[in-house]
Amino acid sequence: MAKTNSSKTGTPAARLEVLKTYKIYIGGQFPRTESGRFYSPLDRSGKKLANVCLSSRKDFRDAVIAARGAVGGWAGRAAFNRSQILYRMAEMLEGRKAQFIDELLLQDTSPEAATREVGLAIDRLIYYAGWCDKYQQVFSAVNPVASSHFNFSVTEPVGVVAVIAPQGDSLLGLVSVIAPVIAGGNSCVVLASENKPLCAVTFAEVLHSSDLPAGVVNILTGRVTELAPFFADHMDVNATIYAGNDTSTRQLVETKATGNLKRVFVYDTVNWYADEGQSPYYILDTQEIKTTWHPIENIAGAGGGY
Amino acid sequence: MAVTKKKSPRKSNTIRLKFDTAWPYSPAPESKSAAQLRERYGLFINGRWQAPAGDNFFKTINPATESVLAEVADASGKDVDKAVTAARTAYDKYWKGMPAKERAKYIFRIARIIQERARELAVVETLDGGKPIKESRDFDIPTAANHFFYYAGWADKLEYAFPNRRTEPLGVAGQIIPWNFPLLMAAWKIAPALATGNTVVLKPAETTPLTALVLADIIRESDLPPGVVNIITGAGATGAALVNHPGVNKIAFTGSTEVGKIIQKSIAGTGKRSTLELGGKAANIIFDDAPIDQAVEGVINAIYFNQGHVCCAGSRLYVQESVAKEVIRKLKDRLESLIVGDPMDKNTDIGAINSKAQLGIIHKYIRIGKQEGAEMYESSCKLPGKGFFVRPTMFTNVAQSNRIAQEEIFGPVLSVLTFRTDDEVIEKANNTPYGLSAGVWTDKGSKIFNMTRRMKAGVVWANTFNKFDPASPFGGYKESGFGREGGLHGLSAYVNLRNH
Amino acid sequence: MAAIQQAPLPDFSNSPRIDQVGVEERAARFTKRSIKDEAKENGLKLVLNMIDLTTLEGKDTEGKVKQLCYKAIHPHDQLPGLPTVAAICVYPSMVKTARRALGDSGIRVASVATAFPSGQAPRDLKIRDTKYAVAEGADEVDMVISRGRFHMGEYNFVYDEIAAVKEACGEARLKVILETGELGSLDKVRRASDIAMQAGADFIKTSTGKIQPAATMPVTLVMLEAIRDHYYKTGVMTGMKPAGGISKSKLALHYLVMVKEVLGDAWLSNEWFRFGASSLANDVLMQLAKAETGVYQSPNYFSAD
Repeated sequence: MAKTNSSKTGTPAARLEVLKTYKIYIGGQFPRTESGRFYSPLDRSGKKLANVCLSSRKDFRDAVIAARGAVGGWAGRAAFNRSQILYRMAEMLEGRKAQFIDELLLQDTSPEAATREVGLAIDRLIYYAGWCDKYQQVFSAVNPVASSHFNFSVTEPVGVVAVIAPQGDSLLGLVSVIAPVIAGGNSCVVLASENKPLCAVTFAEVLHSSDLPAGVVNILTGRVTELAPFFADHMDVNATIYAGNDTSTRQLVETKATGNLKRVFVYDTVNWYADEGQSPYYILDTQEIKTTWHPIENIAGAGGGY
Repeated sequence: MAVTKKKSPRKSNTIRLKFDTAWPYSPAPESKSAAQLRERYGLFINGRWQAPAGDNFFKTINPATESVLAEVADASGKDVDKAVTAARTAYDKYWKGMPAKERAKYIFRIARIIQERARELAVVETLDGGKPIKESRDFDIPTAANHFFYYAGWADKLEYAFPNRRTEPLGVAGQIIPWNFPLLMAAWKIAPALATGNTVVLKPAETTPLTALVLADIIRESDLPPGVVNIITGAGATGAALVNHPGVNKIAFTGSTEVGKIIQKSIAGTGKRSTLELGGKAANIIFDDAPIDQAVEGVINAIYFNQGHVCCAGSRLYVQESVAKEVIRKLKDRLESLIVGDPMDKNTDIGAINSKAQLGIIHKYIRIGKQEGAEMYESSCKLPGKGFFVRPTMFTNVAQSNRIAQEEIFGPVLSVLTFRTDDEVIEKANNTPYGLSAGVWTDKGSKIFNMTRRMKAGVVWANTFNKFDPASPFGGYKESGFGREGGLHGLSAYVNLRNH
Repeated sequence: MAAIQQAPLPDFSNSPRIDQVGVEERAARFTKRSIKDEAKENGLKLVLNMIDLTTLEGKDTEGKVKQLCYKAIHPHDQLPGLPTVAAICVYPSMVKTARRALGDSGIRVASVATAFPSGQAPRDLKIRDTKYAVAEGADEVDMVISRGRFHMGEYNFVYDEIAAVKEACGEARLKVILETGELGSLDKVRRASDIAMQAGADFIKTSTGKIQPAATMPVTLVMLEAIRDHYYKTGVMTGMKPAGGISKSKLALHYLVMVKEVLGDAWLSNEWFRFGASSLANDVLMQLAKAETGVYQSPNYFSAD
């Protein structure tokens, strides 16, 4: 569908293809960037992929507002329901496999690798769909305190997470960083791969048709160098994930994040195709541990004082 | 009219209980003889006492009397380097390769010696920090020992703590601790670090270094291999040198949010791991169906425990309007029965403020509270002529926008606010950059779960407050820091997880 | 004083809720007070002066009661300047004997009544029991509440019965025994305390001494707080009497600390606080003798009446 027009020109019988406009995804809507700017990533041969929104700090701000608005409801959903929605996302992705393969091909992935990447991305969603209502049991605890109290520690979503997605593996990397964040009940604003943004925008359409509440995932396209500072310094963002290995970006993110002591996670060397590319410990990264105490009456039993 | 009715009861709203005349307690001072302080302490590096490179020392005083207790080494960058090198060498030479069960036994041993020397430690803690001997004796020291005991047992069981993962120690941990619970904070930091196979350079706060130095003796007594734990004293510059030392793999810090941010900034991009346990301004919420008398006692314990020098102190009290009068009246009566004074007296409830600087901060906030138009009430107790003391204080008619309701005072000053509905109080409780702890008092089970779930805080006490246990994770949301200390969850701050 | 206001009775099922663990923690904190030197001596004398020296046995005889009365007046003559106990507490049949034996010592006679200890009797018998004790010379009456009715939720019955006994007491002061060991929870201890005070109790008292557990510090704390709340609300002071299980001086001093720090100065006299005890007196005397002589004492040197 999203094939470039140039290949078809000159063939009189062919109908003129309708081109896709690649927009960003904020609060369940597909706006253009408020800045009106765009950029044109190129493939390896120097061919333009598309005109892609060059998101601004104001787009990021709007996305954070949407994410903040959505996070309470999303975190409050039954874990089972979140699980079903992630599964639905996998179903939708499966159904549009061909489109993603086409886009990956445009973005210089080999046919074989593209098929593999889309398949893995679908499986990754299934993997995290299954975790939605299980990681809590793995990472929570009832703590045997010495006093007469019931004491337990549970996971709670950290809140709004700003994610700078991997630059390579433009679909699998994207899915691998979004899925654990939302499986854990957080909302997020994600900056797609700068030079390979096509799949990210199309993935937003998958999200849009998957019963995922508006605002839980917001996807921007644009420049890492331009947006990274805001991903790190926005005071209403609770955590920032930087899935890249540029040392100066990392330092910048970690420095700016101190403004409100965001939790920062750097996934710099992860091979998203390998075993290490998926685990409940990624979910745990964007969880807080809350410990609750309550007294236990022990009338006349076990040395009770009554 | 009043004369003829002399037997009739007084109007109830004028009734006050009196606590000051009948049957006063005699002084019950703890003996100082248990504390054998040296005149001068060096640095504990590589298993032995060493003089600081610059030969600089500073004095540590008793805040209750302002008299000098001892001189303590001021570690320079050179000393920090020496300590980190010792820790690295010990890591490579002894600790990394030691079978976990042997590591455990060293930690158990430290726990036991702390128990044996508990009385000495309690006296030193109180002399150096100003906290009531009752608290150092019954809380700080035993809990510190328990912490070592708890984590000792984890050392050879780490594979059970992290399903499907193998743990690796981080290496050398630089640990910087505050002055409010000196030995206990040292235990919170050292015990999990050792149990997970790391070595340690610990810096106690400059106003309360002494129990950490006694702990150094205890560590020597335990025959822990030299350099596994190094204890160096000094002020901010020493701490900064430790944070910035390239040989340190992890920084664990407990202290102010301000310093926490500085630390975080200075390690940005270095790959050093960190846990920060920072400030707080905890909301403590009383609903009208609460067990009021226990709630009042909980409020007292929440804000006046350890002179209010507690990061998780319940400094913002939210009372439902229908019971506000009753709660405030009971709090006032309870304030009168708090005994303020000599920390070494076994009956003292509120001891000395830790330092002159901190006393100044508390006074500043009391002034601010008055200027902001809040109504101040303080205990009528007499304060000792010498030393740093302040009366337990309570402000009523406080607004959310008052600074005394927003900023951490770190002293025995309570701000009382009122509310009407559940949603209102949740909004107000979470309306803060902090998120360390919170409290809720109600008799209704479903409301407890509603509240404890919605409050953004790492530790939530329901129908209780300020409870601590080695098995219970502690740590904050938002600007109160990150990472957990205590319990199973406290282990992850000191390990890298690897696939099998 | 005279005309009691006919306000509608409060709904006693709405009495304040109590968190047991919180109460236990608070009670334990009182035991951390270190009572030394002068405070200890003054405290022990105060304790002695607050004792209701008690004998409540089927085998009580005139002889036994007379001996006890002598002990009440002369706790330990070897130690000069000791106060007497507050009262002698006996069954109604022994009131006259006690009254005579105590003479003008100022020590009061307290009598249990109302089908003590179970209270399982019709109201008219309880009233007669009470009137008999008062007529025999009792200054104080220790009644028991109807715990069965209380558990059935018939709070108005319990209230009316206390009010009726209070009326039957005339000038005698009424102590209302809740028998907390049969109530089952601190919530119910609080509720029973509220009922008793509302109905006119001059004292509320924990136990008969026939049921375990008898007085405990947590139970007493809940009752002291009920007394304080009643005082806040009405301006009326009510006395407190823990009974049973307090046999050591140290424990008695813990109770005294609790009274001092919950209710304050006004309650620190036998007008408002009593210990229902029998062996406590000698333990207090031994401690006082130890303070005087500096030597640890043996029971062999203290009369066992």
